[in-house]
Amino acid sequence: MPIQYYLFLSMALFCIGIMGTLMRRNAIIIFMCIELMLNAVNLLLVAFSKMHNDGSAQVFVFFNMVVAAAEVAVGLAIIVMMYRKVHSVDINILNRLKH
Amino acid sequence: MSLYQICFWVLTVMALGCALGVILSRNPVSSVLFLIATFFAISGHYLLMNAQFLAIVNIIVYAGAIMVLFLFVIMLMNLNADTEPQKNRLVQLAGVVSGGILFLVILAALRSSSVNVLEQTPTDIGLIKNLGKTLFTQFVLPFEISSVLFLSAMIGAVVIGKKEEVA
Repeated sequence: MPIQYYLFLSMALFCIGIMGTLMRRNAIIIFMCIELMLNAVNLLLVAFSKMHNDGSAQVFVFFNMVVAAAEVAVGLAIIVMMYRKVHSVDINILNRLKH
Repeated sequence: MSLYQICFWVLTVMALGCALGVILSRNPVSSVLFLIATFFAISGHYLLMNAQFLAIVNIIVYAGAIMVLFLFVIMLMNLNADTEPQKNRLVQLAGVVSGGILFLVILAALRSSSVNVLEQTPTDIGLIKNLGKTLFTQFVLPFEISSVLFLSAMIGAVVIGKKEEVA
């Protein structure tokens, strides 16, 4: 299986994540699209690890998962707190952070 | 067409279709379920590439822990209705076009790169023994730093999520 297939697959997943981030208004869905992009990168790292026969990339994927888990914990806490204040997770309502 | 190729294409179609389902479905709960299916497809790809440990960790951590956290939050906020306000058509179209243009640009840049075929040789670098050796000898300092990161994320989540006292 050529490495390019994995390259194109993870690129397509990454771009789907970007489209979702730009299209949706629900903050939780945007978070999920960010998770999708992280997973696309992880997939490509594993493919390159297999190509070079080197285990370091898989350890890097492991650290990626650690960072994603920490990010989700803090991010969901922020979203829950925001929901308590304004009773919505619509990001169009949250643009008052500008002012 | 070998069994390996059939598995590859089935998993690829499943991953892409479920990823599209994540961003297209109106209901947040079905978005979460589509994302879990995407993670299972990606874990299947890991298995095809002899990364057994990462496949299991991906299922346990992502599909098991992170997605359950998302489901908890969605159900706690009672968001499982289809009442999400949509962005207007122009903004949605702009999002799709910019994502598609990014895809086309990277595709055009990488199309002419040299082809390396991933041969189906059985390797054992993905086993937990070898990964553990690499993790605890070569990457022991990042490992300790990530434990500090976890601790700070945990404390941060508790502090943020705590109810404010009436001042």
